[in-house]
Amino acid sequence: MKAAVIVFPGSNCDRDMQVALEAATGKPVPMVWHGDTELPSGLDLIALPGGFSYGDYLRCGAMSARAKIMPAVVEAANKGVAVLGVCNGFQVLTEAGLLPGALMRNAALKFVCRNVDLKVEDNASPFTSGYKAGQVINIPVAHHDGNYVADDTTLDQLEGDGLVAFRYVDNPNGSARNIAGIYSPNKRVLGMMPHPERMADPMLGGLDGKPMFDALVEAL
Amino acid sequence: MKARVHVMLKRAVLDPQGKAIEHALAGLGFDGVQQVRQGKVIDLELTDTDTDAAKARVTDMCEKLLANTVIESYDIEIED
Repeated sequence: MKAAVIVFPGSNCDRDMQVALEAATGKPVPMVWHGDTELPSGLDLIALPGGFSYGDYLRCGAMSARAKIMPAVVEAANKGVAVLGVCNGFQVLTEAGLLPGALMRNAALKFVCRNVDLKVEDNASPFTSGYKAGQVINIPVAHHDGNYVADDTTLDQLEGDGLVAFRYVDNPNGSARNIAGIYSPNKRVLGMMPHPERMADPMLGGLDGKPMFDALVEAL
Repeated sequence: MKARVHVMLKRAVLDPQGKAIEHALAGLGFDGVQQVRQGKVIDLELTDTDTDAAKARVTDMCEKLLANTVIESYDIEIED
C-alpha cells in the first residue's frame, strides 16, 4: 500500500500518522504540502491528519478544505483512492464535501482529551476488516469541535446505508446518534474524530488502533 | 466599497456557546434574556464599483468559504 499524509499549516498529528502508516506498510510515507497541486503517483491511501490547521480560523478545517492540494485529493477519492481523515482531517472532509454533515463545538463546550470506548459498527470496509462487528475498542480523542451534526434525513440515510463506522459508547461531545466516524457511500473515505494512530504502538498504552492500519495494508 | 457579512448558525442548529453566554449574562444579573445566539461579522473592503456586482461576488464568497451552508446562514450589507 502506498500512502501519503497531507500537511496543512497547523497540522500537528501528521508525524504520528506517518509513523503508524510506515510501521504498517514498511515503506516510506511521504508528507504532501497543502500548497502543491499534485499528489505523488500511485497512491492507495491519502491521510488527512489531526491538528489545528489554519488555527481553526473561520471554521475548523474550512480553509484547509480549500487548499491547492484538495482538488487532487477529491479527484483521487472520486477515482477510488482511499482517504482517512482523523480529527481535523474529518473536519476537512466535511468542509470539502467528501462527507456529509459538520463538526461543531463540543456540546459541553470543553476540550475533551481522554481515551474513549468506540463500537465498531461493522467490519465490512478496508478500514475495519481487522475488527469484529460490534467490537468495542479504546482510542484517544482530543478535540474541542467534535460534535457531529447533520439533519435527520442525512442521519437516517447514513444509518440506513450502513455508513456509520464508529459510535461512542459514552458520548463525549454530543455528536448526533453518538457518531464518532462515518464513511462515504463506497466506504473508501472514512472520517473519524478519535485518533487510531495514537493507539498503534505498545509504547502508547494500547494497540486498538493498529488493526485499522494492518487492515488497510491488506486491503489496499 | 465595503461589504459586511453576518454569519449565524441556522435556527435549527444547537448553539451551546450562545447558551453559555446566556448563562453568563444571567450570572451578572441581567434578567429577561430569553435566548442568546452568537455569530460572526466579516468585513470586506472591495475594489468593486458596482453594488450589484459586489453583492453577487460576496454572495459567491459566502457560498464558497465564508459560511458553511450546512449549518450556517448569512446576510450581506453593501455600503457604498
